[in-house]
Amino acid sequence: MVMSVLRRLGQTLFVLFGISVLVFLVFFATPGADPTARIAGRNASPETMARVRVEYGFDRPLPVQYARMMEKLFVTRDLTSYVNRGQKVVPEILEAAPVTVSLVSGAALIWVVLSVAMGVTAAALRGGWVDRGLMMLGLVGISIPVFWLGQVVNLVTQSRYHDSWLFSWVPGLGYVPLTEDPLGWFRALALPWLTLAVLFVGIYSRVLRADLVAVQSEDFMRTARAKGLSPMRVLLVHGLRTSMITFVSLFGLDFAQLVGGGALLTEVVFGLQGVGRLTYQALSNLDLPLIMATVMYSAVFVVIANAVVDMLYLFLDPRVRDGR
Amino acid sequence: MTAQTVTGASSSSSAPRPAGPWRRAGRRLARDRAAMVALAVLLAVTAACLMAPFYARDVAHTDPFTSNVAGAVMIDGRSVDIMQPNDNPLHLGLSPIGPTWRASADLLGADSQGRDLAARLLYGGRTSLLISFCAAALCIVLAAVVGIVAGYVGGIVDAVLSRIMDIMWAVPVYLFAISLSIVTVSQGLKLGPITIGSDNLLIPICIIALVYVPYAARPVRGRVMSLRRAEFVTAARALGVPGYRIVLRDILPNVTGTLVVLAPLMMALAMMAESALSFLSIGVQAPGASWGTIIQDGEGLIYTRPMVAIAPGLAIVIVVLALNVLGDGMRDALDVRDSGRERG
Amino acid sequence: MLLAVRDLTVALPIGGRLVPIVESVSFTLGAREILGIVGESGSGKSVTSLAIMGLIDVPGARISGSVRFRGRELVGLAPRAYRALRGREIAMIFQDPMTAFTPVYTVGRQIDEQIRAHQKISRSDARARTVRLLGDMGVPDPERVAGRYPHQLSGGLRQRAMIAMALSCNPALLIADEPTTALDVTVQAQILDLLRGLRRDYGSSVLLITHDMGVVAETCDRTLVLYSGLVAERGPTGALFAQPGHPYTAALLDSIPPLHGPRPARLPSIPGSPPAPAGRPAGCPFAPRCAYVHDSCAVRPPLVACGEQDVACVLPAEGRPLPPRFVAEMSA
Repeated sequence: MVMSVLRRLGQTLFVLFGISVLVFLVFFATPGADPTARIAGRNASPETMARVRVEYGFDRPLPVQYARMMEKLFVTRDLTSYVNRGQKVVPEILEAAPVTVSLVSGAALIWVVLSVAMGVTAAALRGGWVDRGLMMLGLVGISIPVFWLGQVVNLVTQSRYHDSWLFSWVPGLGYVPLTEDPLGWFRALALPWLTLAVLFVGIYSRVLRADLVAVQSEDFMRTARAKGLSPMRVLLVHGLRTSMITFVSLFGLDFAQLVGGGALLTEVVFGLQGVGRLTYQALSNLDLPLIMATVMYSAVFVVIANAVVDMLYLFLDPRVRDGR
Repeated sequence: MTAQTVTGASSSSSAPRPAGPWRRAGRRLARDRAAMVALAVLLAVTAACLMAPFYARDVAHTDPFTSNVAGAVMIDGRSVDIMQPNDNPLHLGLSPIGPTWRASADLLGADSQGRDLAARLLYGGRTSLLISFCAAALCIVLAAVVGIVAGYVGGIVDAVLSRIMDIMWAVPVYLFAISLSIVTVSQGLKLGPITIGSDNLLIPICIIALVYVPYAARPVRGRVMSLRRAEFVTAARALGVPGYRIVLRDILPNVTGTLVVLAPLMMALAMMAESALSFLSIGVQAPGASWGTIIQDGEGLIYTRPMVAIAPGLAIVIVVLALNVLGDGMRDALDVRDSGRERG
Repeated sequence: MLLAVRDLTVALPIGGRLVPIVESVSFTLGAREILGIVGESGSGKSVTSLAIMGLIDVPGARISGSVRFRGRELVGLAPRAYRALRGREIAMIFQDPMTAFTPVYTVGRQIDEQIRAHQKISRSDARARTVRLLGDMGVPDPERVAGRYPHQLSGGLRQRAMIAMALSCNPALLIADEPTTALDVTVQAQILDLLRGLRRDYGSSVLLITHDMGVVAETCDRTLVLYSGLVAERGPTGALFAQPGHPYTAALLDSIPPLHGPRPARLPSIPGSPPAPAGRPAGCPFAPRCAYVHDSCAVRPPLVACGEQDVACVLPAEGRPLPPRFVAEMSA
């Protein structure tokens, strides 16, 4: 038990280390991409370039640069932005995190509820037109670029039909903190939630339906029917409960990636200052400290989510509990 | 004796002539109406975009890549300026002409630079289709190599490759792609003597292919690992057949199904990724155009001339949907399970 | 008569057309009787049992003929009425007890579920009955076993739990589909003992489906031999073993290793393989593999009485039945 926890911890640290090295290399060692040139500006004089190089420590060996950055990020926590001099990056992330968490949690709730309903309905009516219709709807959801959907939603609710009774409640783009105004928070996020959820409703309903159909041919489903249980009970209590195991692992990863910045396109379109948008800004300014910080934040989330999924596995699957 | 002849006759009439798995899959796919419609749509869109240079000029009468703010078009015999005063009460500022719904002049209107939208859609489609096709192909080749090496060699090689995949998996795909794009977009890529300019389409192709490798490699690896334990591979190894021969003759043909099914799905993912990168203006660089860059152009016009953003978006939805439907049909026809999945 | 099956035909759509998997199968089963259905894999024995249970849900499947259970017609019965019957009056146990339990619930919970699906009793009463049933099935420490997950139990224990679950509502008919195939030999004997004891302790009739003639000899009162979805022979087990009327039955019996006397170096086997349902010959389906095949086999032979059995073969009618076998050791 202790050994497996230790191994798990080791793997986690290894993945975090790997991500930090990967990101570091992308920005500091990609052939032709010199951070000095980026900071000094195009056509900077050689003297400026040299000054910047020394000032930012780009003249030192890569491992030293890497170690110094990690130390500032995790130990002294005083890493500052290259672009807005003096701005500390850790508080900046802590400010953006609630926005992203609000956005992603609401969307997740919507997509889980909707996709379970759609997946179960489709599987129960397998082969019929309802099944085909729902699954085609899911495919459509998967095929819509989220940023474009967001634009169309804005067009309809902010401009064209904003004055109709249907959308007059929609506030302007932006975020309202939950603690300040719960109703305003809800109104500001309702449409971003729905927009972000569309893709995942499509994915999850299709995955769930496929799992449920696959599980139908299992012996235990036949046993359940032979017991005289109703088709709904067989599907929900025996089928859905078993399919939930894959569903949960997918959910853990997707949720973590979104909280870790994967929702940036939605954040950009709806003007929400979340982690994804912050990361994107850091990237476009090539603000290396902020990039490192946001990517590490995102990686920590993914890794935590993996651990939570593993724990949920223990809860959901007794076979894993016994290590079989 | 009679009985025997009867048996012979009936069994030969009922058992279908043995056909190869590919031909059987093809026949099954041909019966799938949705997949056939999707294929027709894809072919039509591809043909329309590829042949754009032949007729786009007749549609637009202008070059889709040069600014045309001072131009005018003929509508019902009258000359109409492409840039028109805004609808607002004070008529402040100029907006490009909206959809005319006439094939002769600015069918779908013009963008903020006065360029004909319909012509740009066709040319942009060429870029989008080219990038997504090449990225999907490259990604699948890379994934096949990684998956087969990891699955077949196993041991330390598999462990290292799998850990690298895990790390790539832990970073949100779009963030990963954006990081790579931003680094290369300013100065391009210098690989020793070779310099790839930042406006070269190879850059988005390689980036998109690279970030999706873990998604495609995982199912390939799983398939190869189960094949390696299969009896015919064990037999070949026991006979001393060299490894590369086993991979080429026994493993590769058996993962082809998985790879083929992945192809349309990867192309759909690549098209979505390309449009996202271009939307953030770090994908296809001006003067090139893709559906993503056109949406980006249309962002500023979204409330006045929404068609500029809506049309390319619809084009993406239609093509990606068709690819997904086709991929679904192919998966059913080839009966390949666990061939990865789409994600954002 | 508890169960009377007449001309049961099950046709499934294969490659775009309906193929009869089971054709005109008829048999009866009395109270407290054990009937064995024997045949090679693919002979339609499992399909027959699933048809009786009403568990064939392949879209486009067609079931015709008659299945009367306690005088009630089951073919075409409304799903809701069938559901009330399943698990309560007709129960079934399956071949592989590993995969037949839902892996994520405890065994006890799954047995409770069946009891509570048919009877309005409290959770704790249901559990008390579950524990008692498990104990009756010879499960040591039944309370603890009820709280375990399927994968935590041995194959034998799982099959006992399966039987306990099937018996939980005192069904009049128990269909056992190869209940011992997945178990090792010693456990096999215990489970067969258990099945034999059911008619005494629970008054149940058993339809035992198996491919093992040895199991039939040990357990069944009467036997039905299926070949390629058709009845080859049916009759009392003793008579059928002593003087098989169908060459297929005889060949099956020849393939059992003798318990006494010198062992043959090689057991006789039947050459060839049974025809696929779609390619079943118009005449006797066994003709292509039969040592006695002759011209009259081109017409499908009807079931005719031959001694105590009914046999679908032309030989008895032609006045040259198969010779009796020496079976002294079998009846022991």
